Amino acid sequence: MTDTKYTYAVARIRSLEVALFSNATIDQLMACKTYEECLQFITDKGWGDSDTPMNAEAVLCREEEKIWEVMREMRIDMSVFDVLSYPNQFHNLKAAIKEVCTEMENPGIFYDDCEIDGEEMLEIIRNKDFIRLPDNMQAAAKAAYESLIHTRDGQLCDVIIDRAAMEAIYQAGRQAKDDIMKNYAEDTVAIADIKIAVRSAKTAKSMEFMRRAMAECESLSVDQLSKAALAGEDAIAEYLLGTAYAGGAEALKESPSAFERWCDNRVIQTIQPQKYKAFTIGPLVAYVLARQNEIKTVRIILSGKQNGFPDDAIRERVREMYV
Amino acid sequence: MSELGIVYALLGAALAVLLAGAGSAIGVGIAGQAASGVVTEDPSKFAKVLIMQLLPGTQGIYGLLVGFITLSKIGLIGGGAANLDPKTGLMILAACLPIGIVGLISGKYQGMTSAAAIGIVAKKPDQFGKAMLFPAMVETYAILALLISIIAVTGIQI
Repeated sequence: MTDTKYTYAVARIRSLEVALFSNATIDQLMACKTYEECLQFITDKGWGDSDTPMNAEAVLCREEEKIWEVMREMRIDMSVFDVLSYPNQFHNLKAAIKEVCTEMENPGIFYDDCEIDGEEMLEIIRNKDFIRLPDNMQAAAKAAYESLIHTRDGQLCDVIIDRAAMEAIYQAGRQAKDDIMKNYAEDTVAIADIKIAVRSAKTAKSMEFMRRAMAECESLSVDQLSKAALAGEDAIAEYLLGTAYAGGAEALKESPSAFERWCDNRVIQTIQPQKYKAFTIGPLVAYVLARQNEIKTVRIILSGKQNGFPDDAIRERVREMYV
Repeated sequence: MSELGIVYALLGAALAVLLAGAGSAIGVGIAGQAASGVVTEDPSKFAKVLIMQLLPGTQGIYGLLVGFITLSKIGLIGGGAANLDPKTGLMILAACLPIGIVGLISGKYQGMTSAAAIGIVAKKPDQFGKAMLFPAMVETYAILALLISIIAVTGIQI
């Protein structure tokens, strides 16, 4: 029997999808000559609110908030979005550990729209009250905190938390009922591993470092990827050609920004089938990812225009749209 | 024994109304959820999605029609109750089952198809005509069941 509990939400999302930017809209935005014209274009399309300050960061932040406001209005179980919220949660953990260990205050570094907001996270870390954190964060939080206190190695702290974040995403994906979550988690972890391999190859990191940083997943072999990274970027591309990420190998050869774009485009291609589902959580997750991708693309264009980059350089970084 | 015949016949009429009505209620409910989702964001599509929501409502009307014909046939409407033997009563019960069972199943699935078609209207309102055809296809089988139930009920000699 098909479960119809998402019928209302999916129909509402179908209406909202009409307002998503298409590739043609992005072309129109690209055609704007100045940063100010771009900002006017997106506000004319309904981005931001009447009281939102006329600057890119405020408008884009407001749009991020709108995504989750809509989801909460639909009265659905928000735990289905855990896979998507883990990166922000683990970012808060990383930021709190660094702030406490370095005894420096950096305003605006936390995501407030999380299960544990910045203030609460700071309090937990200051009191070393790691037991208050979710199960999948406790061990990593303790290890990262102690390593930063004793070694002052910020990169090691990042590696420990980033790996824990990937493992949490992967675990949540495996436990999810819907394929979209499973596929998204698999792709996220695999792409994170590829990025680690590429950076490690560029900075000549050791095998031990890569094994510590990479999270296991089904579609890639961490062992083979690490060995390829030791041999260089060409070896990584060669290894990827034999996996589901062959397209990434081509992009890697082109440029780092082409690879980043390929990663995001792959996510958008993965969620395309959700346009034709009527009763599952898939279209909602796809909408969240599509909106985040849209906001990221607009941010790239706005910052490119603001800094006077040539159109070709901006266009190289523009992502594919969902609709 | 003669009372058992009228009980069977009445049970047939009740099942036709009950099952087909339940199918419509489920179907209209599912389509209504989808319609509400669309109207929340775009109230201008109210008329189009309302028509879509109403499509699964016909099964309940078909069940009601067969129920009326059955009640009229056995004399519970407009006259004294007929003196039915159990065999005739069971025949009337069997005649009512097609619209009851098909009405229940088709009502639910027509509702789901309507909900999906409402998604088409949400994104492409100009495709309303095509979108309406998909749930309308499910209706075919409810109409076939209605025909057989009416022919069977009216054909039984009392």
